Amino acid sequence: MSGIKTTASIAALVLLAACSTVKLDDKAAPVEDRNANAASSSSNADTGAVGSGTVDPLNDPTSILAKRSVYFDLDKYVVKSEYNAVVEAHGKYLAGHPERKVIIQGNTDERGGSEYNLALGQKRAEAVRRAMALAGAKDSQMEAVSFGKEKPKAQGSNEAAWAENRRADIAY
Amino acid sequence: MKRSFLKIMALSGAAACLFPLLSAHAQLRVEISGVGANQIPIAIGQFFDDPAGDNQVTSIIKSDLQRSGLFRVIPSSDLTGESGNVDDARWRALGADAMVGGRLRRVDGRLEVRYRLRDTAKGADLTASALTVNPQFIRLAAHRIADDIFEKLTGIRGPFATRIAYVAKSGNEYRLEVADSDGENAFTAFRDTEPVISPAWSPDGSKLAYVSFNTKKPVVYVQELATRRRIAVANFKGSNSAPAWSPDGRRLAIALARDGLTQVYLINAEGGDLKQLTTAGGSGAINTEPCFSPDGQFIYFTSDRGGGPQIYRMNLDGSDVRRITTAGSYNISPALSPDGKMLSYISRREGQFQVHVLELATSQELRLSDGPLDESPSFAPNGRYVMYASKSGGQGTLSVVAVDGSARYTLSAKAFAIREPAWGPFTK
Repeated sequence: MSGIKTTASIAALVLLAACSTVKLDDKAAPVEDRNANAASSSSNADTGAVGSGTVDPLNDPTSILAKRSVYFDLDKYVVKSEYNAVVEAHGKYLAGHPERKVIIQGNTDERGGSEYNLALGQKRAEAVRRAMALAGAKDSQMEAVSFGKEKPKAQGSNEAAWAENRRADIAY
Repeated sequence: MKRSFLKIMALSGAAACLFPLLSAHAQLRVEISGVGANQIPIAIGQFFDDPAGDNQVTSIIKSDLQRSGLFRVIPSSDLTGESGNVDDARWRALGADAMVGGRLRRVDGRLEVRYRLRDTAKGADLTASALTVNPQFIRLAAHRIADDIFEKLTGIRGPFATRIAYVAKSGNEYRLEVADSDGENAFTAFRDTEPVISPAWSPDGSKLAYVSFNTKKPVVYVQELATRRRIAVANFKGSNSAPAWSPDGRRLAIALARDGLTQVYLINAEGGDLKQLTTAGGSGAINTEPCFSPDGQFIYFTSDRGGGPQIYRMNLDGSDVRRITTAGSYNISPALSPDGKMLSYISRREGQFQVHVLELATSQELRLSDGPLDESPSFAPNGRYVMYASKSGGQGTLSVVAVDGSARYTLSAKAFAIREPAWGPFTK
């Protein structure tokens, strides 16, 4: 079917086009699938790393670094104190691993306009980014972006879903 | 699948551009839910030789006029031509102040539509015209005729032979679609498994700017519809969004978060020459959703500098910021009417997100929609209608309302949700 072919060539075009205007240090933005990442590499690290004494704590499911979501109150854009430890741990981890990079993805609940919510999600991601910077992460290691209300983790129009979606994720 | 082409062209037979038609879609369904109070009663006879079976031209003209809320179409199955004597008294007896008749003809493989619009009270033709199109543009021809009738009888340019863009979502697929103003003839300009938002028409109708999450973050693209060529015009660190065209089509106002919080910038429509217009200031303000005034003098935008989001206006260099919306604690998504006199926006009142219009000279505000979750108002190019996204039964639909609130209809699709509408400009 012609539709599929055309889409593929458009994607190629996009990549090309992106190169000309990009001004990024997020080029090597790694895989987003946090669960798969954590699960598979932690078992590899345990069994396969013969002789290397260090296990990356990022891959340890019992580490505080396994927590990668920060939740926000309604109409609030400050990191709540209960998330200070998580955010600080990620900031310190980045400080100690200058080769690592993260994308911080801000989200909002479904109410209100797309664009304003995009800006509000950005505000949440930015709050997390700043807190991580205070803990030692460098600007070049972090990018705060927003999905606004476009990629809700929880579907549904109820308080539980809305609370789940007022969130910023730290994605390695 | 056979590749086909949808061609939009000047009816005079001048310049034409090609639109690759990737796939046929289930058409949108139109539902009229409110009509104007002062309607012009008009009879539209069945045109001679209108394609067998469905009387396509006649029925498109009828539904355009009916949908507008300004006309009451009087049922008539009479065959009525484009010329000859008319028994005006008989049409008047049916209650028709105006009558339309016409005839279709094949001329050298093209389709000629001759039609007349008659004032039955005066007993005189207001129009006796002809237009010729390639047969696949029969719908466009009908919309043009409806536009002519609309203009002759209301004094306002008709909105029918225009296009709309919107985002359709089914399953995990997002499609940026372009359709005729009645939702027919839809084609997909871009499809992806990541969200697409905020389509904006270039002033000449040849391009769409929009935001795609294709690279796992919002990036602003400009796509030429005829060639499908697209470029990333804003792909800076952080989120890139909210494109709005300058009236001359050379620049875009956009929202970027490259320095932390979202701010309004100007950039060339091909990228480059970035200028920052707003700053977060001491309060850490968000500034977004820019939109140009039609004279190109001002940019209207949404800002939470005063606490909740309100709509402000500034000069193109970011100076002289003035607050525009005053009622309510949450006003977003500004859209200017083509004459620059009306502002449409979404206001949250008692938890309901609804479309409002504000007459800028008088500060008179009118609520146009009932909510609860209305979004993305966009003016018709004639300034008389606002299209917006609404949710009914959990499914996204598009609604159109007259700026005086007098008429209303919805465009919906059974199998997919539609949102983020943008009404395109007049085409020549």
